[in-house]
Amino acid sequence: MDKKEARIMIAKRIARELVGGTVVNLGIGMPTLCASYVPKDIDVMFQSENGFIGIGPAPKAEEMDKDCVNAGGSPVTILPGGCCFDSSTSFGIIRGGHIHTTVLGALQVDQDGNLANWMVPGKMVPGMGGAMDLVVGAGRVIIAMEHLAKDGSTKILKKCNLPLTAKNEVDLIVTDMAVMEVTKDGLVLKEIAPGITVEEVVNSTEADLIIFTNIETISV
Amino acid sequence: MVQILSAKQAISKMEDGMTIAVGGFLGCGCPDMLIDEVIKQGCKNLTLICNDSGFPGKGVGKLQDENRLSKVYASYIGGHPETGKQMQTGEMEVILTPQGSLAEKLRAAGAGLGGILTPTGVGTIVEEGKEVIVVDGKQYLLELPLKADIALLKAHKADEKGNLVYRKAARNFNPVMATAADLVIVEAEEIVKAGEIDPDMIHTPGVFVNILVKGGSQNG
Repeated sequence: MDKKEARIMIAKRIARELVGGTVVNLGIGMPTLCASYVPKDIDVMFQSENGFIGIGPAPKAEEMDKDCVNAGGSPVTILPGGCCFDSSTSFGIIRGGHIHTTVLGALQVDQDGNLANWMVPGKMVPGMGGAMDLVVGAGRVIIAMEHLAKDGSTKILKKCNLPLTAKNEVDLIVTDMAVMEVTKDGLVLKEIAPGITVEEVVNSTEADLIIFTNIETISV
Repeated sequence: MVQILSAKQAISKMEDGMTIAVGGFLGCGCPDMLIDEVIKQGCKNLTLICNDSGFPGKGVGKLQDENRLSKVYASYIGGHPETGKQMQTGEMEVILTPQGSLAEKLRAAGAGLGGILTPTGVGTIVEEGKEVIVVDGKQYLLELPLKADIALLKAHKADEKGNLVYRKAARNFNPVMATAADLVIVEAEEIVKAGEIDPDMIHTPGVFVNILVKGGSQNG
Protein backbone atom coordinates (compact mmCIF):
# COMPACT_ATOMS: atom_id res chain seq x y z
CA MET A 1 0.00 0.00 0.00
CA ASP A 2 1.55 3.32 -1.00
CA LYS A 3 1.09 6.55 0.94
CA LYS A 4 -1.90 7.71 -1.11
CA GLU A 5 -3.69 4.37 -0.78
CA ALA A 6 -3.02 4.43 2.95
CA ARG A 7 -4.60 7.88 3.25
CA ILE A 8 -7.68 6.68 1.41
CA MET A 9 -7.90 3.62 3.64
CA ILE A 10 -7.73 5.81 6.75
CA ALA A 11 -10.39 8.18 5.37
CA LYS A 12 -12.71 5.32 4.36
CA ARG A 13 -12.32 3.57 7.70
CA ILE A 14 -13.11 6.75 9.63
CA ALA A 15 -16.06 7.57 7.37
CA ARG A 16 -17.64 4.33 8.61
CA GLU A 17 -17.53 5.70 12.17
CA LEU A 18 -19.81 8.63 11.32
CA VAL A 19 -23.37 8.47 12.57
CA GLY A 20 -26.41 9.47 10.50
CA GLY A 21 -28.28 12.59 11.55
CA THR A 22 -25.27 14.17 13.24
CA VAL A 23 -23.00 17.15 12.62
CA VAL A 24 -19.30 16.44 12.14
CA ASN A 25 -16.21 18.68 11.99
CA LEU A 26 -13.25 17.58 9.90
CA GLY A 27 -9.80 19.08 10.36
CA ILE A 28 -7.63 20.28 7.50
CA GLY A 29 -5.65 17.68 5.49
CA MET A 30 -6.29 13.95 5.71
CA PRO A 31 -9.44 14.38 7.90
CA THR A 32 -11.09 16.40 5.10
CA LEU A 33 -10.74 13.36 2.85
CA CYS A 34 -13.29 11.48 5.01
CA ALA A 35 -16.12 13.56 3.54
CA SER A 36 -15.58 11.86 0.17
CA TYR A 37 -16.20 8.39 1.59
CA VAL A 38 -19.29 8.77 3.77
CA PRO A 39 -21.56 5.77 3.05
CA LYS A 40 -24.52 6.83 0.90
CA ASP A 41 -27.11 5.76 3.48
CA ILE A 42 -25.53 7.94 6.19
CA ASP A 43 -26.80 11.52 6.33
CA VAL A 44 -24.23 13.70 8.08
CA MET A 45 -23.66 17.43 7.79
CA PHE A 46 -20.22 18.98 8.14
CA GLN A 47 -19.52 22.08 10.17
CA SER A 48 -16.97 24.67 9.13
CA GLU A 49 -15.88 26.39 12.34
CA ASN A 50 -15.46 29.74 10.61
CA GLY A 51 -19.23 29.90 10.57
CA PHE A 52 -21.59 27.45 8.91
CA ILE A 53 -23.03 23.95 8.80
CA GLY A 54 -23.51 22.19 5.48
CA ILE A 55 -20.13 22.27 3.72
CA GLY A 56 -20.61 21.32 0.08
CA PRO A 57 -18.12 20.60 -2.69
CA ALA A 58 -15.74 23.20 -4.11
CA PRO A 59 -17.50 25.45 -6.66
CA LYS A 60 -16.63 25.77 -10.33
CA ALA A 61 -14.31 28.69 -11.00
CA GLU A 62 -17.14 30.85 -12.38
CA GLU A 63 -19.33 30.13 -9.34
CA MET A 64 -16.69 31.06 -6.78
CA ASP A 65 -18.03 33.24 -3.96
CA LYS A 66 -15.54 35.35 -1.96
CA ASP A 67 -17.80 35.03 1.12
CA CYS A 68 -17.97 31.24 1.04
CA VAL A 69 -14.77 29.57 2.23
CA ASN A 70 -14.02 26.73 4.65
CA ALA A 71 -11.89 26.96 7.80
CA GLY A 72 -8.78 26.52 5.66
CA GLY A 73 -9.77 29.51 3.53
CA SER A 74 -10.56 27.37 0.46
CA PRO A 75 -13.67 28.07 -1.66
CA VAL A 76 -16.60 25.77 -0.91
CA THR A 77 -20.37 25.74 -1.31
CA ILE A 78 -23.16 25.47 1.25
CA LEU A 79 -25.60 22.59 0.76
CA PRO A 80 -29.39 22.93 0.98
CA GLY A 81 -30.36 22.89 4.66
CA GLY A 82 -27.09 24.55 5.65
CA CYS A 83 -26.95 27.60 7.89
CA CYS A 84 -24.53 30.41 8.71
CA PHE A 85 -23.56 31.86 12.08
CA ASP A 86 -20.88 33.94 13.78
CA SER A 87 -17.72 32.68 15.53
CA SER A 88 -19.20 32.88 19.01
CA THR A 89 -22.17 30.70 18.02
CA SER A 90 -19.87 28.40 16.05
CA PHE A 91 -17.75 27.66 19.10
CA GLY A 92 -20.84 27.44 21.30
CA ILE A 93 -21.90 24.63 18.97
CA ILE A 94 -18.46 23.06 19.37
CA ARG A 95 -17.89 23.44 23.13
CA GLY A 96 -21.55 22.82 23.93
CA GLY A 97 -21.35 19.24 22.72
CA HIS A 98 -23.44 19.71 19.57
CA ILE A 99 -20.73 18.30 17.30
CA HIS A 100 -21.05 14.52 17.40
CA THR A 101 -17.61 13.71 16.01
CA THR A 102 -14.46 15.58 15.09
CA VAL A 103 -11.64 14.11 13.02
CA LEU A 104 -8.20 15.68 13.40
CA GLY A 105 -4.59 15.00 12.59
CA ALA A 106 -1.93 14.62 15.27
CA LEU A 107 1.76 14.98 15.99
CA GLN A 108 1.49 12.66 18.99
CA VAL A 109 -1.22 10.76 20.86
CA ASP A 110 -0.73 8.79 24.06
CA GLN A 111 -2.38 5.86 25.78
CA ASP A 112 -4.36 8.17 28.08
CA GLY A 113 -5.99 9.89 25.09
CA ASN A 114 -3.85 13.01 25.39
CA LEU A 115 -3.31 14.80 22.10
CA ALA A 116 -0.49 17.02 20.82
CA ASN A 117 -1.18 18.50 17.41
CA TRP A 118 -0.42 22.21 17.46
CA MET A 119 3.17 23.07 18.28
CA VAL A 120 6.76 21.90 18.35
CA PRO A 121 8.90 24.00 20.72
CA GLY A 122 11.60 25.93 18.91
CA LYS A 123 9.79 25.70 15.58
CA MET A 124 7.49 28.26 14.00
CA VAL A 125 4.11 27.93 15.70
CA PRO A 126 1.07 28.39 13.45
CA GLY A 127 -1.37 28.59 16.35
CA MET A 128 -4.05 26.26 17.64
CA GLY A 129 -6.88 27.76 15.63
CA GLY A 130 -10.04 25.97 16.69
CA ALA A 131 -8.40 22.63 17.54
CA MET A 132 -8.34 23.02 21.34
CA ASP A 133 -12.05 23.87 21.43
CA LEU A 134 -12.94 21.04 19.04
CA VAL A 135 -11.08 18.36 20.95
CA VAL A 136 -12.58 19.42 24.27
CA GLY A 137 -16.09 19.96 22.96
CA ALA A 138 -16.84 17.30 20.36
CA GLY A 139 -18.61 14.16 21.53
CA ARG A 140 -16.13 11.84 19.85
CA VAL A 141 -12.54 12.65 18.86
CA ILE A 142 -11.04 10.52 16.11
CA ILE A 143 -7.40 10.94 15.10
CA ALA A 144 -6.38 10.34 11.49
CA MET A 145 -2.62 10.12 11.01
CA GLU A 146 0.35 8.13 9.87
CA HIS A 147 1.58 5.72 12.53
CA LEU A 148 5.18 6.90 12.28
CA ALA A 149 6.64 10.38 12.01
CA LYS A 150 8.76 11.34 8.99
CA ASP A 151 11.93 10.39 10.89
CA GLY A 152 10.51 6.93 11.60
CA SER A 153 9.77 7.56 15.27
CA THR A 154 6.44 6.46 16.69
CA LYS A 155 3.65 8.98 17.18
CA ILE A 156 1.75 6.79 19.66
CA LEU A 157 3.39 7.15 23.03
CA LYS A 158 3.04 6.25 26.68
CA LYS A 159 3.00 9.98 27.36
CA CYS A 160 3.05 12.86 24.88
CA ASN A 161 6.18 15.01 25.20
CA LEU A 162 5.04 17.85 22.93
CA PRO A 163 2.77 20.60 24.31
CA LEU A 164 -0.76 19.24 24.57
CA THR A 165 -3.83 20.32 22.64
CA ALA A 166 -6.09 18.68 25.22
CA LYS A 167 -6.01 16.06 27.97
CA ASN A 168 -7.79 12.71 27.88
CA GLU A 169 -10.07 13.55 24.97
CA VAL A 170 -9.07 11.16 22.17
CA ASP A 171 -11.44 8.23 21.56
CA LEU A 172 -10.16 6.48 18.44
CA ILE A 173 -6.88 6.48 16.49
CA VAL A 174 -6.82 5.34 12.86
CA THR A 175 -3.41 5.07 11.19
CA ASP A 176 -1.93 3.45 8.10
CA MET A 177 -1.11 0.46 10.33
CA ALA A 178 -3.95 0.06 12.80
CA VAL A 179 -7.17 1.11 14.52
CA MET A 180 -6.82 1.68 18.25
CA GLU A 181 -9.43 2.66 20.80
CA VAL A 182 -8.70 4.61 23.97
CA THR A 183 -10.54 2.89 26.83
CA LYS A 184 -10.45 3.29 30.59
CA ASP A 185 -8.27 0.18 30.73
CA GLY A 186 -5.79 1.49 28.18
CA LEU A 187 -5.18 1.61 24.45
CA VAL A 188 -6.79 -1.35 22.67
CA LEU A 189 -5.48 -2.55 19.30
CA LYS A 190 -8.64 -3.56 17.43
CA GLU A 191 -7.79 -3.73 13.75
CA ILE A 192 -4.66 -3.95 11.64
CA ALA A 193 -4.08 -2.81 8.07
CA PRO A 194 -3.86 -5.44 5.30
CA GLY A 195 -0.37 -6.89 5.12
CA ILE A 196 0.62 -5.67 8.59
CA THR A 197 1.21 -7.99 11.54
CA VAL A 198 0.30 -7.38 15.17
CA GLU A 199 3.98 -7.60 15.99
CA GLU A 200 4.80 -4.83 13.52
CA VAL A 201 2.18 -2.58 15.09
CA VAL A 202 3.49 -3.30 18.59
CA ASN A 203 7.07 -2.58 17.44
CA SER A 204 5.95 0.71 15.89
CA THR A 205 4.11 1.82 19.01
CA GLU A 206 5.60 3.02 22.28
CA ALA A 207 2.28 3.01 24.14
CA ASP A 208 1.23 -0.17 25.93
CA LEU A 209 -1.24 -1.92 23.64
CA ILE A 210 -3.98 -4.23 24.82
CA ILE A 211 -4.43 -6.71 21.97
CA PHE A 212 -8.13 -7.19 21.26
CA THR A 213 -9.06 -10.87 21.26
CA ASN A 214 -10.95 -10.70 17.95
CA ILE A 215 -8.51 -8.54 16.07
CA GLU A 216 -9.61 -7.89 12.49
CA THR A 217 -8.07 -6.60 9.30
CA ILE A 218 -9.19 -3.07 8.41
CA SER A 219 -11.86 -3.47 5.76
CA VAL A 220 -12.92 -0.49 3.69
CA MET B 1 -26.29 58.45 16.04
CA VAL B 2 -24.59 56.63 13.20
CA GLN B 3 -22.39 58.66 10.87
CA ILE B 4 -21.74 57.80 7.23
CA LEU B 5 -18.18 58.89 6.46
CA SER B 6 -15.42 58.32 3.94
CA ALA B 7 -12.73 55.77 4.82
CA LYS B 8 -10.32 58.69 5.24
CA GLN B 9 -12.58 60.52 7.70
CA ALA B 10 -13.35 57.34 9.63
CA ILE B 11 -9.74 56.17 10.03
CA SER B 12 -8.60 59.69 11.04
CA LYS B 13 -10.08 58.80 14.45
CA MET B 14 -7.44 56.15 14.93
CA GLU B 15 -4.31 56.94 16.97
CA ASP B 16 -0.93 55.26 17.32
CA GLY B 17 -0.83 52.66 20.08
CA MET B 18 -4.52 51.83 19.94
CA THR B 19 -6.00 48.34 20.22
CA ILE B 20 -7.98 47.40 17.14
CA ALA B 21 -10.29 44.43 16.59
CA VAL B 22 -10.51 43.50 12.92
CA GLY B 23 -13.19 41.17 11.56
CA GLY B 24 -12.43 38.43 9.08
CA PHE B 25 -11.15 34.88 8.88
CA LEU B 26 -8.15 34.27 6.63
CA GLY B 27 -9.23 37.35 4.71
CA CYS B 28 -12.90 36.39 4.28
CA GLY B 29 -15.03 39.16 5.81
CA CYS B 30 -12.07 41.49 6.31
CA PRO B 31 -12.64 45.25 5.78
CA ASP B 32 -9.94 45.58 3.12
CA MET B 33 -10.65 49.22 2.30
CA LEU B 34 -10.36 50.30 5.94
CA ILE B 35 -7.08 48.38 6.35
CA ASP B 36 -5.69 50.10 3.24
CA GLU B 37 -6.64 53.44 4.78
CA VAL B 38 -4.92 52.57 8.08
CA ILE B 39 -1.76 51.85 6.09
CA LYS B 40 -2.13 55.11 4.18
CA GLN B 41 -2.61 57.23 7.30
CA GLY B 42 0.46 55.71 8.95
CA CYS B 43 -1.05 54.45 12.23
CA LYS B 44 1.49 52.33 14.11
CA ASN B 45 2.26 50.46 17.34
CA LEU B 46 -1.16 48.92 17.09
CA THR B 47 -2.39 45.97 19.12
CA LEU B 48 -4.34 43.73 16.77
CA ILE B 49 -7.17 41.44 17.83
CA CYS B 50 -8.11 39.21 14.90
CA ASN B 51 -8.70 35.53 14.27
CA ASP B 52 -5.44 35.41 12.33
CA SER B 53 -2.67 37.67 11.05
CA GLY B 54 -3.75 37.10 7.45
CA PHE B 55 -1.47 36.58 4.51
CA PRO B 56 1.32 38.78 3.12
CA GLY B 57 -0.17 41.45 0.89
CA LYS B 58 -3.74 40.63 1.81
CA GLY B 59 -6.24 42.28 4.20
CA VAL B 60 -5.09 42.43 7.79
CA GLY B 61 -1.77 40.88 6.73
CA LYS B 62 -0.81 44.26 5.28
CA LEU B 63 -0.55 45.65 8.83
CA GLN B 64 2.04 42.94 9.46
CA ASP B 65 3.82 43.61 6.14
CA GLU B 66 4.19 47.27 7.06
CA ASN B 67 5.29 46.58 10.66
CA ARG B 68 2.40 48.52 12.20
CA LEU B 69 1.78 45.98 14.94
CA SER B 70 3.33 45.76 18.38
CA LYS B 71 1.10 43.05 19.79
CA VAL B 72 -1.27 40.45 18.34
CA TYR B 73 -4.09 38.38 19.80
CA ALA B 74 -4.95 35.62 17.32
CA SER B 75 -5.77 31.91 17.11
CA TYR B 76 -3.76 31.34 13.96
CA ILE B 77 -0.65 33.03 12.54
CA GLY B 78 0.41 30.32 10.09
CA GLY B 79 -0.61 32.36 7.04
CA HIS B 80 1.87 35.15 7.64
CA PRO B 81 5.47 33.98 8.23
CA GLU B 82 6.50 37.38 9.57
CA THR B 83 4.19 37.11 12.61
CA GLY B 84 5.78 33.81 13.67
CA LYS B 85 9.25 35.18 13.03
CA GLN B 86 8.68 38.30 15.13
CA MET B 87 7.10 36.17 17.84
CA GLN B 88 10.21 33.97 17.96
CA THR B 89 12.65 36.87 18.06
CA GLY B 90 10.54 38.62 20.69
CA GLU B 91 10.11 41.72 18.49
CA MET B 92 6.38 41.42 18.85
CA GLU B 93 4.19 39.92 21.55
CA VAL B 94 1.82 37.30 20.14
CA ILE B 95 -0.87 35.91 22.40
CA LEU B 96 -2.12 32.75 20.74
CA THR B 97 -5.66 32.18 21.92
CA PRO B 98 -7.96 29.26 21.09
CA GLN B 99 -10.46 30.47 18.50
CA GLY B 100 -13.50 29.84 20.67
CA SER B 101 -11.90 31.52 23.66
CA LEU B 102 -11.00 34.55 21.53
CA ALA B 103 -14.66 34.89 20.49
CA GLU B 104 -15.91 34.52 24.07
CA LYS B 105 -13.35 36.98 25.51
CA LEU B 106 -14.70 39.56 23.07
CA ARG B 107 -18.29 38.58 23.82
CA ALA B 108 -17.63 38.93 27.57
CA ALA B 109 -16.27 42.45 27.03
CA GLY B 110 -19.24 43.38 24.88
CA ALA B 111 -21.84 41.88 27.18
CA GLY B 112 -20.56 43.36 30.44
CA LEU B 113 -19.28 40.08 31.84
CA GLY B 114 -16.22 39.77 34.07
CA GLY B 115 -14.95 36.83 32.04
CA ILE B 116 -16.04 33.39 30.97
CA LEU B 117 -15.27 29.85 32.14
CA THR B 118 -14.15 27.48 29.42
CA PRO B 119 -12.85 23.90 29.47
CA THR B 120 -10.71 24.74 26.43
CA GLY B 121 -7.01 24.82 27.24
CA VAL B 122 -7.17 23.02 30.61
CA GLY B 123 -3.95 21.03 31.07
CA THR B 124 -2.19 22.86 28.22
CA ILE B 125 0.13 25.86 28.09
CA VAL B 126 -2.95 28.04 27.52
CA GLU B 127 -3.67 27.44 31.20
CA GLU B 128 -0.46 29.18 32.31
CA GLY B 129 -1.13 32.23 34.45
CA LYS B 130 -4.89 31.68 34.44
CA GLU B 131 -7.20 30.89 37.29
CA VAL B 132 -8.68 27.37 37.21
CA ILE B 133 -12.18 27.21 38.63
CA VAL B 134 -13.95 23.92 39.41
CA VAL B 135 -17.69 23.76 38.75
CA ASP B 136 -19.51 20.50 39.53
CA GLY B 137 -16.18 18.68 39.61
CA LYS B 138 -15.07 19.90 36.18
CA GLN B 139 -12.13 22.23 35.60
CA TYR B 140 -12.53 25.47 33.66
CA LEU B 141 -10.16 28.31 32.82
CA LEU B 142 -11.19 31.85 33.67
CA GLU B 143 -10.74 33.79 30.43
CA LEU B 144 -10.91 37.54 30.95
CA PRO B 145 -12.76 40.06 28.75
CA LEU B 146 -10.92 41.49 25.75
CA LYS B 147 -11.91 44.90 24.46
CA ALA B 148 -10.67 47.12 21.65
CA ASP B 149 -10.50 50.87 21.24
CA ILE B 150 -11.70 50.57 17.66
CA ALA B 151 -13.34 47.73 15.73
CA LEU B 152 -12.90 47.63 11.94
CA LEU B 153 -15.62 45.45 10.48
CA LYS B 154 -17.03 44.32 7.18
CA ALA B 155 -20.75 43.91 6.46
CA HIS B 156 -22.64 42.97 3.32
CA LYS B 157 -25.44 45.44 3.90
CA ALA B 158 -26.08 48.24 6.40
CA ASP B 159 -29.01 50.60 6.84
CA GLU B 160 -28.64 54.23 7.89
CA LYS B 161 -29.25 53.25 11.52
CA GLY B 162 -26.19 51.00 11.48
CA ASN B 163 -28.11 47.73 11.42
CA LEU B 164 -25.95 45.12 9.70
CA VAL B 165 -26.36 42.00 7.60
CA TYR B 166 -23.44 39.74 6.72
CA ARG B 167 -23.08 37.15 3.97
CA LYS B 168 -22.22 33.48 4.46
CA ALA B 169 -18.79 32.82 6.02
CA ALA B 170 -17.89 36.52 5.94
CA ARG B 171 -19.79 36.93 9.22
CA ASN B 172 -17.26 35.12 11.47
CA PHE B 173 -15.83 37.49 14.15
CA ASN B 174 -17.55 40.64 12.87
CA PRO B 175 -20.71 40.48 15.05
CA VAL B 176 -18.91 39.77 18.32
CA MET B 177 -16.30 42.47 17.65
CA ALA B 178 -19.11 44.96 17.00
CA THR B 179 -20.02 44.62 20.67
CA ALA B 180 -16.49 44.91 22.06
CA ALA B 181 -15.00 48.24 21.02
CA ASP B 182 -15.41 51.87 22.05
CA LEU B 183 -15.71 52.94 18.41
CA VAL B 184 -17.12 50.64 15.74
CA ILE B 185 -16.37 51.42 12.10
CA VAL B 186 -18.08 49.27 9.48
CA GLU B 187 -17.20 48.95 5.82
CA ALA B 188 -20.47 47.97 4.14
CA GLU B 189 -20.83 46.79 0.55
CA GLU B 190 -24.20 48.51 0.41
CA ILE B 191 -25.86 51.17 2.57
CA VAL B 192 -29.65 51.35 2.36
CA LYS B 193 -32.37 53.53 3.91
CA ALA B 194 -33.78 52.72 7.34
CA GLY B 195 -36.61 50.25 6.94
CA GLU B 196 -35.22 48.53 3.89
CA ILE B 197 -33.89 45.62 5.92
CA ASP B 198 -36.49 43.43 7.63
CA PRO B 199 -35.85 43.88 11.39
CA ASP B 200 -36.03 40.12 11.81
CA MET B 201 -33.16 39.62 9.34
CA ILE B 202 -30.66 41.92 11.06
CA HIS B 203 -27.52 40.20 12.38
CA THR B 204 -25.92 43.11 14.27
CA PRO B 205 -28.22 45.71 15.82
CA GLY B 206 -27.26 49.27 14.94
CA VAL B 207 -26.88 50.13 18.63
CA PHE B 208 -23.35 48.69 18.42
CA VAL B 209 -22.29 50.68 15.35
CA ASN B 210 -20.85 54.24 15.20
CA ILE B 211 -19.56 54.82 11.68
CA LEU B 212 -20.48 53.39 8.28
CA VAL B 213 -18.19 53.55 5.28
CA LYS B 214 -19.43 52.65 1.83
CA GLY B 215 -17.05 50.31 0.12
CA GLY B 216 -16.05 46.79 -0.66
CA SER B 217 -16.89 44.65 -3.64
CA GLN B 218 -20.05 42.66 -3.93
CA ASN B 219 -20.44 39.03 -4.81
CA GLY B 220 -23.71 37.17 -5.17
